Amino acid sequence: MSVTAPEPKVATSSATSAAMSASIAFILKKALISAAVALVLFSLMIGIRTEAGPTGQLIYWTRFGELAALVGAVFGGSIVIELLRQWLGPADTRQLIPPVVQSGLDIAGRLVGPVLLVFTLLVPVIFYDQTYILDLGILVLTYVMLGWGLNIVVGLAGLLDLGYVAFYAVGAYSYALFATTFGLSFWVCLPIAGFLASLWGVMLGFPVLRLRGDYLAIVTLAFGEIIRLVIINWQSLTNGPNGISGIPRPTLFGIPLTADDNGLAARLGIEYSPTHRIVFLFYVILAMALLTNWVTIRLRRLPIGRAWEALREDEVACRALGINTTTTKLTAFATGAMFGGFAGAFFATRQGFISPESFTFQESALVLAIVVLGGMGSQLGVALAALTMIGGFELFRGLEQFRMLVFGLAMVLLMIWRPRGLIGHRAPTVFLKQAQAISSDLVKEGHG
Amino acid sequence: MDYFAQQLINGLVLGSIYGLIAIGYTMVYGIVGMINFAHGDIFMIGGFIALISFLVLVSFGMTAIPVILLIVLLVSMAITALYGWTVERIAYRPLRRSFRLAPMLSAIGMSFVLSNFSQVAQGARVKPVAPIITGGYTLHESADGFVVRLSNIQIVVVLTTVALLLVFTWFVARTRIGRDMRACEQDQTMAALLGVDVDRTISMTFVIGAALAAVAGMMYLLYYGLVDFFMGFVAGIKAFTAAVLGGIGSLPGAMLGGLAIGLIETFWSAYFSVEYKDVAAFSVLIVVLIFLPTGLLGRPEVEKV
Repeated sequence: MSVTAPEPKVATSSATSAAMSASIAFILKKALISAAVALVLFSLMIGIRTEAGPTGQLIYWTRFGELAALVGAVFGGSIVIELLRQWLGPADTRQLIPPVVQSGLDIAGRLVGPVLLVFTLLVPVIFYDQTYILDLGILVLTYVMLGWGLNIVVGLAGLLDLGYVAFYAVGAYSYALFATTFGLSFWVCLPIAGFLASLWGVMLGFPVLRLRGDYLAIVTLAFGEIIRLVIINWQSLTNGPNGISGIPRPTLFGIPLTADDNGLAARLGIEYSPTHRIVFLFYVILAMALLTNWVTIRLRRLPIGRAWEALREDEVACRALGINTTTTKLTAFATGAMFGGFAGAFFATRQGFISPESFTFQESALVLAIVVLGGMGSQLGVALAALTMIGGFELFRGLEQFRMLVFGLAMVLLMIWRPRGLIGHRAPTVFLKQAQAISSDLVKEGHG
Repeated sequence: MDYFAQQLINGLVLGSIYGLIAIGYTMVYGIVGMINFAHGDIFMIGGFIALISFLVLVSFGMTAIPVILLIVLLVSMAITALYGWTVERIAYRPLRRSFRLAPMLSAIGMSFVLSNFSQVAQGARVKPVAPIITGGYTLHESADGFVVRLSNIQIVVVLTTVALLLVFTWFVARTRIGRDMRACEQDQTMAALLGVDVDRTISMTFVIGAALAAVAGMMYLLYYGLVDFFMGFVAGIKAFTAAVLGGIGSLPGAMLGGLAIGLIETFWSAYFSVEYKDVAAFSVLIVVLIFLPTGLLGRPEVEKV
């Protein structure tokens, strides 16, 4: 009666060895296919190099060595990737971490923000002698600020904006033009730049009120390109592709940071050093970035901030509840654009020179990547993402031509690895008894 | 009037090239619902492969231009199609069930990868080629000496486009893969339940879109006589504009939008200013979307609560 199960023990070792050889065959087959695909893909693009010869006629030469090396690298790389995939398996990383370590990580996670802030405040003190690190810090903070600004539009209101760099450009050019034409100081121009940028934000926002999703994305992209093309071609105002140079540096309440007799160093009676200005710029952008952060956090608790987040979650429900979607969207665009304008004005005063080349679509994509990688709406995540992206970008400074290639690859791989960004959860805006982190999977990305 | 006729011809030729690229955007959008930002760069790769294979064939001593062009067409379609397949496999398939922004960013990243790959591999300088197809017809000569010309290359571009469109329309309407594509566009889950291999169909969509972009790249090379690594970006945005203008997801719409963008750009350069031709094309996009949010031939989106 009883059906005896076949004895499994005997077969085990041969089964595992069979499975082993099967998986080796599988890995080899996969690697061979990848190598074959790579061979076809690279055959003409890598194997043959063209260049305009001395007479203007195109000449070409072959590079089969490089081709073979690349195909070999793809073959080896795909074996390694496949082995890693089988070794790591589909295990959930969360289960691998014991609960004690997990709770320790949670506490560490809560401390990251304050520790990072204190460290940032001390950066000019620690690295006073290393101008390179200070300059890099200023760059990172500029992108942190841009990321926080765009976060209002994309992360909070759920409006996909691919032309954010337009507002950055408007801010930079307004400061540059007001300063070089009318001699206005940085601190007077900063609000003007922010105001003009938010005006442009409303001008962009108004026509796109009815658009959703990818239509909105493409219109904002087109808008960014229009602004750039106008800057390039309106030579009489913007000096076209040559850009504007000699943009004045910021002053500390009217005291210039120069070696002059009325400069800050002379007034304080200390020896002048060019580092003073860099440190000053560092604290200016830090203050501006923190202002952006503070305003965002405060706005999230005001009705308008809640309306933004409600809009992201469900536009129809918003309208049904009597939220004016027009003003909600426009204020999101205007606020985000204003911070972009501030950052632009800072960029202009730091560089002393601006040209349309600084405001390409790549910048918009970079800022958007920072926001999405940061977890769309997480302030700390955006800061960490900016640090990672810009820092990683700097590592490739020596390999200028591979920089964008690696940046693009990193974007693809990061999206595959963590589509929801580095920080995969958010703090809730409203809660009953206790604030609990919400997984990003539960947060909608908005229709617009 | 003659000037107008000449610009009309130029605009239609340019519009055909945009239309071919736009079909790739609109097909992918119809099925996967994402903007394939890398498509413009696929077009650029197609141009490069056409250029390189042309050079190689000529240096092998081939002289019959039509034969060379046919081989170049097939080679660049095949290799570029493989590029399209690889891009989908690496960057989009792992993100199929992810949220909307992830594939979009991955696509933007892929676009950077492709354009910088060709910059690293082939150098940043513009690659010029001597005119391959020369000659043409004088259609009309006015009293003040203005000549309306229809060059052979313009005829080739338009005829190739029309022929490809016929084949492509037949392909989508009559073949098994075309039916699968339309089924996946309507309802992927239902299509999968009825035995359609959704992954394979989506791959095929990318492959076909890339092959059409390769043709566009080759036509661009023949028509303008140059390629460079950055040409994919602007052409890509304009082709996407064309797809949106025609109503995204609609194949005849993509072609119509391409022609419209080509004509707008050409007439704007002819009568107003060359510098602002791109601004004109993008402004038209914004204006059309304000008044016709679904494009010329698009289906209105039903709002569900």
